This record gives sequence, structure tokens and C-alpha cells, in this order.
Amino acid sequence: MTTQTARPDRPDLRQRRRPGDLAVRTIFRIAAALTIVITVGIVLALLIPSIEFFSEVPVNEFLFGTRWAPRFADASFGVVPLITATAWTTAIALFFAIPLGLGAAVFMSEFAHRRTRKVLKPVLEVLAGIPTVVYGYFAVQFIQATVLRDWFDLDTGSFSVLSAGFVMGIMIIPTIASISEDAMSAVPNSLRQGSAALGANRRQTAVKVIFPAALSGIIAAVVLGISRAVGETMIVALAAGQQARIVEGPLEAGQTMTGFIANAALGDSRVGSLEYNTLFAVGLLLFLLTLLINVISIAIVRKFREAY
Amino acid sequence: MRTVQGTIERTIRGRAKGGETSASSIAFLVVLWLSIVFALVFLAVLIVTTIIDGWNRLDSRLFTEYPASNPEDAGARPAILGSLWVIGTTAFMTIPLGVAAAIHLEEFADRNNWFNRFIEVNVQNLAAIPAVIYGMLTLAALGLFGVTNKNMVWVGALALSMLILPVVIIATRESLRAVPEEIRQGSLAVGATPLQTVLRNTLPGAVPGIATGSILALSRALGEAAPLLLLGGLVFLSFDPNGLMSGYTTMPIQIFNWTGRPQEGFHELAAAASVLLLVMLLAMNALAIAIRNRYQQRW
Amino acid sequence: MNPIDTTEAAARADTFEAAREYRPPVLDCDSVSIFYDDFLAVHDVNFGCGDNEITALIGPSGCGKSTVLRSFNRMNDLIEGARVEGTISYHGEDIYHSDVDAIEVRRRIGMVFQKPNPFPKSIYDNIAYGPRVNGFKVDSMDDLVEEALTKAALWDEVKDKLKQSAFGLSGGQQQRLCIARTIAVRPEVILMDEPCSALDPIATLRIEDLMHELRSDYTIVIVTHNMQQAARVADKTAFFTAEAHEVTGDRTGVLVEFGDTAQIFESPVDKRTEDYISGRFG
Repeated sequence: MTTQTARPDRPDLRQRRRPGDLAVRTIFRIAAALTIVITVGIVLALLIPSIEFFSEVPVNEFLFGTRWAPRFADASFGVVPLITATAWTTAIALFFAIPLGLGAAVFMSEFAHRRTRKVLKPVLEVLAGIPTVVYGYFAVQFIQATVLRDWFDLDTGSFSVLSAGFVMGIMIIPTIASISEDAMSAVPNSLRQGSAALGANRRQTAVKVIFPAALSGIIAAVVLGISRAVGETMIVALAAGQQARIVEGPLEAGQTMTGFIANAALGDSRVGSLEYNTLFAVGLLLFLLTLLINVISIAIVRKFREAY
Repeated sequence: MRTVQGTIERTIRGRAKGGETSASSIAFLVVLWLSIVFALVFLAVLIVTTIIDGWNRLDSRLFTEYPASNPEDAGARPAILGSLWVIGTTAFMTIPLGVAAAIHLEEFADRNNWFNRFIEVNVQNLAAIPAVIYGMLTLAALGLFGVTNKNMVWVGALALSMLILPVVIIATRESLRAVPEEIRQGSLAVGATPLQTVLRNTLPGAVPGIATGSILALSRALGEAAPLLLLGGLVFLSFDPNGLMSGYTTMPIQIFNWTGRPQEGFHELAAAASVLLLVMLLAMNALAIAIRNRYQQRW
Repeated sequence: MNPIDTTEAAARADTFEAAREYRPPVLDCDSVSIFYDDFLAVHDVNFGCGDNEITALIGPSGCGKSTVLRSFNRMNDLIEGARVEGTISYHGEDIYHSDVDAIEVRRRIGMVFQKPNPFPKSIYDNIAYGPRVNGFKVDSMDDLVEEALTKAALWDEVKDKLKQSAFGLSGGQQQRLCIARTIAVRPEVILMDEPCSALDPIATLRIEDLMHELRSDYTIVIVTHNMQQAARVADKTAFFTAEAHEVTGDRTGVLVEFGDTAQIFESPVDKRTEDYISGRFG
């Protein structure tokens, strides 16, 4: 049996060169930096055609104009109709997603057995995994044609912001439920014990203690849901309609910002043409909107992480 | 393992045993239950109606036929193959890149460095950018390089790769973070370099989590149509895609196309293709969950 | 269970006993202060750990004994803002000199942690990991693994399940595996940070026996909160305590007394040591 190596009186502890380590770590760093390249790319890709667009169409006319007809002979570039459609579909989606998502979250965090939760959570997440184009098919073929028109006999056409928004709302339930549940589960158990010790039952604890304590996480979840609804493309492209007009009620059809992008992309517009640039101007608006929402969400989440 | 702490938690969070039976408490619980039931019923109705709609077309023609103007003769063969090509290419592009970036951010990056902090915020932001924007980025990049033929497998894969890169990065970081600090310290204490520690100890420990996260990210890419719509993905394909430069269409785009047609026959096809797409996604999800349950390290 | 020939070990111990007089300490602290950012965690520590001795660092919690231990193999480098002033030398080499490679230091000065932390690998791979990452050229990894496990008094218990996950071992076995893993890279010094605090009394006793056996081959520094343990295993003992700053109230660790274990426990010079030893502290 061998024993340890001979002991040097002055051990050689000098820095070793490890070129392999350095090279690999540099590769890792470059990979991380690539994400910045993507962001810069997005900004430039949207900004450059948009600048060209705004050299032809004044910003005011774009933002406040109420007629969207970029491909007509007497073209008009008022984006308000697209925004109203986006606002309607998003609002309808949230109308369904917030109560249902939060209800599911409170149930799973505060009431469900561990085993029940283990089954429910993945099943709910299946909702998030269904392709949006399948949701779109379901919205236009079943919700719009069968439920709204045949069953409820509502006065609506082949498309409506209601069917698109409703289905979109179901789609974002898992987003809202899962993030809020995380926030509620993160509330320390001592608060539950304290509340129970004061004689509160679990409904009171959930509503008066847990919900307020997790509020910033819940708000972040809702904000993320908004951002998903604003950016969702396939459902609205299929179910909300393709006519760009100001939407005044849930049963009307309308073209959202993303709906316009999806539709315009189907035509083959020449790079640099006004039609091509229009696409990017709407894209830029969409990007800025979601960016704003995300920044708010991240700020809220950060605050909520610091809370415990 | 049974612990006192665990028992207390179960008692606090578990179902009420006796008590709490006032009318308002029960009503509250019923409302909570209904929100879940509503979502589950919706899911069931969606699946069942789609299967019923597509039942007549769920046969071999779906796999063997090419798109055609007559719904009876049409199938999704090129779309199925196209989806496989695009997703396979996406996996090759994204996973190495995403894992590398995540290792840098989680294991090596100095958090006090503004650039690294900027990258972190940026990744979170990228994850929430609408999918359609990635199509516009790719479109603009192709315009910049004067590429006129957008309908190529690698172009679609590029857009989807950028779309899911942040998801892969975030999932990988979470898996790396789940490896306890003591493991890293143990490795460093026997004279391993930080890189050796990551590659031989931390990363292997995180592989199940990374695999699960990557599969889920790829399943998102598989169901995504919006960016590809901008990249000329909607084409009438009468051949099998066969390479990175090949023309392609994918399942979601084919479904989009058929749903938008007026003839009822195409709607049936759209439903049948949707069922097939759902089965593919379900299989990927099942695989991800199986990996998680089978290999996930309990620390 | 014990493969080491006791007479041989005793003979070797005698030789080292004689040699110790002439050898400078292996590890030497000269006016060492350790900071976490602005916070002074340990102030002005001076002592040395001799060849083939077991040195115990004892004291109440928060006295900086673990901080000192972790600075010996530069594990403190991993904590953001940690900084060492003064000199910690290893065979006369300042290990915090800018030209010194922390990885080389850690190869020579191994560490066993408070909580057993086996790698999520097989028992065999846990041991072989160190030699592999250090690029040891060995004729037979199997022999090296056996040797390390034998020295750590674990071989007989695991020789039939080397390919099984290390997580299947008991806590005490895991800790001995971690000791074997440390031995496998042939360090000169083994640092042990409360190695028995997560173990039951029987497992603790086995680790203590093991320390006695390893003493003839290694220099061991152990942090322990258990005074009986220090008295049982250590040749030298350093007693630390924490002192509150007059103004800020920050608690800074100081070395109160250092000497032969018997002297520290039987006739401490400092009043604070005496109070702590006799249980009158806090």
C-alpha cells in the first residue's frame, strides 16, 4: 500500500495557465451575450423600417387616426381601430382569466391536498401547452359558430372579439394561476399559524392574510397575463376577424395589432415599401407596449422577492 | 420521510378536518372548486369537439397525402415532416446555446457586473416578447442580407430558436440552481477548477431538469405558428422537406390554413391535424414528466 | 475493521514526535484578520498548526472559528466580499499572494464539511473524481479507490456496492466517504469543519477514531463546537471568542488562547477560556 507523496518543503503554488478553461468560459460568456444581440436586433429590426414609415406618415396621424386602410388607394394609417380590437380581446380575456386563475390558485395553495395539487397542476398546465392555432380553431368553429350563434342565438357574424377573447382568457389561466400560486405558497407558514391561532378559519386566512401578503406576486401574474394576451396572434387572427374597424361591442369583429401583422405577412410586400414598413411600425408599437408591461411586471416581482 | 414539520404543514394546508363548515366557508370553497372545474371542462370540451370534428379524417391519408384543392384528397404529410425538420433543427440550435448561456449566468457571471445584470434582465424580457416579433426580427435580418427565399427549414428554425432560447436559459438556470452549493464546494475542495466543477459535477446533476425544460420549450416551438407565418411558412407544398435549405410548412400553419378555408371538408382536416398535433405535444410532455419523475435528483 | 498495524503507526508517531521539534508549522497565521466587505469577522489571529498534529478550533458560535478554517484553503474566496489581511502561510508560502493559485492550495489542503456532501455519483466515482480532475496518472484507479476507502475505514462496508449511488449510504458513512474523497487527492492537510455535527454519537465516535488513525499521515485542523471532542482528539487547541465592538456592536472573533490541549483544558491562562471550558460562559 502506498502512502502519500513526498512533502516538498516549498510547495509550488504558482498560478497555473489553464487555456482550455479560459476558452470554454469565454464561449459561455459569448453565448450569454448573444441574448443581447437578439434584443438589439429586435430593436433595430423594428426601428429602422418604422423610422422610414414615420417619415411618410406623421406620428400623430398613426397614433390617433381612426381609419386603418394601409392597402387601399386612399391609404390611411390610423392605428386606433387595431388598438380598440386589441383592447377588447385583452379585456375580455382578463375578465375570464383573473377570477378563474386566482380561484384556482387559492384553491391549490390553501385548500388542496398535496396529492390533489400534484394532479391538478400539470392538468392545468396542459391548457398552457395547447397550440394557439388549435385554440383559434376552437374559438371560431365551436365558440363562435356553435355556442354564440347556434346555442345563444346572438347577433354576431363569423368572427367576434368575444370568442377570441374568451378562448384567450382560458389560455392564460395557467399563467395567472401558477405564478399566483407560487406567490401564495411563498407566504411563510407562520402567518397561517398566526392567523389560525387568532381563530380565523381558512377562508378568512386565505382572503385576509395570504391574498394581501402575496398581492405583488398576484399583480405580477396578472400583468404577465396581459402581456400574453396583447401579443397573442393566432387566436385573434383566426377568430377576431380581419376587418380593421373601431370595435364598439364584444360581439363585433375586429382586427387586432397582431392580427394585422399576421394578415399582412401573408401578402408578399417588397422590402422597403410603405406596406412593408407599416408592418414594422405596428410591430414596434406592439413591442413597446409589451416591453412596458414586462418592465412593470419584473419590477413588481423583484419587490415581492425582497419581501421575505 | 415523515417529519414533524411536514406533518404540521399537511395539517395546516390539507383539507379541513371538522370545523370550518359555516355556509360562507363552504360557498367560498365551492367557488374555488368551480373555477378549476370550469377550466377542466373547457379543456375536455375542446379536446372532445376537436376529435369529433376530425374523426372522419383521422386516417392514413393524413400521413400520406399532400395538400390539395379537394379536401378529400388532401393530407398533412409535408406539414408533419416539416414540423419534425424545423423542431429538430431548432433543438440543435437552441439547447447548446441556451445551456452555455445559462452556465455563464448561473455559475460564472459576477452579479455585481452591470453587464451581467443587464443580460439577466434582458433574458427575462425576451421570454415575454410576443412570438410574432421574433418572426419580424428574422424577416428583417433576411432583408438585410438580401435573402429573398424565406421558405427554408433553417430560417424557420432560427426564428423559433430565438423564441425559445430564453425559456431554455431560464429552465437550465433553475436546474443548476437546484444543485446544492455543498456539491460545488466539495468539488472545489478536492482541487477541481470551477469549470471542471460545472462540467463534471453541477451540470450532470442538472441534466434531468435541463432535459425536461428543453422538451417543454421545444413543444412550445412545435405548436407555434405566428413567426413562421411571417417567414413564408404558408405554402402549398407537394414534396417532402428533405434538408436545412428545403422548403417547408408545419402542422400549426397547415391547421391555420385549413381553418381559414370556407369548405367544411377543410375544417375537418384542420381538426384532424389538431388532434395529431395535440398527440405529439402530449407525447413530448409525457416524456418530459417521465424524465422529471425518473431521473430528477432529490437533494 | 482497522487495517492499520498499530505498532507500525506507533513507531511512526514516535519518529514524528521527535521531528516535530525541528519543523516549522505547516500552516501559520500571522496577524490574520478576515473581513466580509466592511465587517471585521476575525481580528488579529496568530497561531500555527504543526505537522502531524490535530489542532482543534473551539469557541462559542459566531466566534469566527469556521471562518478561519475556511480561509486555510481559500474556500472563503467563494463568499463575495471576503478578504484576508495579514499572512496565512503554508510551508512558508503566503497562500493569499497574488501569484498563488487557489486551486493548487485546495489540492494540498483538503476539506471535510459540516454536512456530508457526497457527489450525486457512485461511491467509486466519488473517490475517483479528485484524482481525475487533478489529472493524476495512476496505474490503477481501482487500487487508489480501495486505498482511500481503506484509510477512511469504509472499505469493508462498501466494497460490494462501489457502483451504487453514494446517496444510499448512512450519514456517518457519507462523511467517511467525504474523508476518503479528500484523502484520494493526497493532500497534506485535512481541514474538518464540524465534521460530526450532523452525525449520531456512534458515527461520531468512528470519525474520531479515524482522525486518530489519520493523524500519523496528515496534519488535521478541526473546528468543533463539542469541547469533549476537542479534548479527545486534539493535540493543540485554539480557543476563540467573539467580542462586540464598543460602538457598532459588530461581533468580531478573536483568538483568546492557543496551546496544548491538556493545558487549555486543565490550566487555562485566560479567564475567558476558563469560563467557557467550565461551562460558565453565556
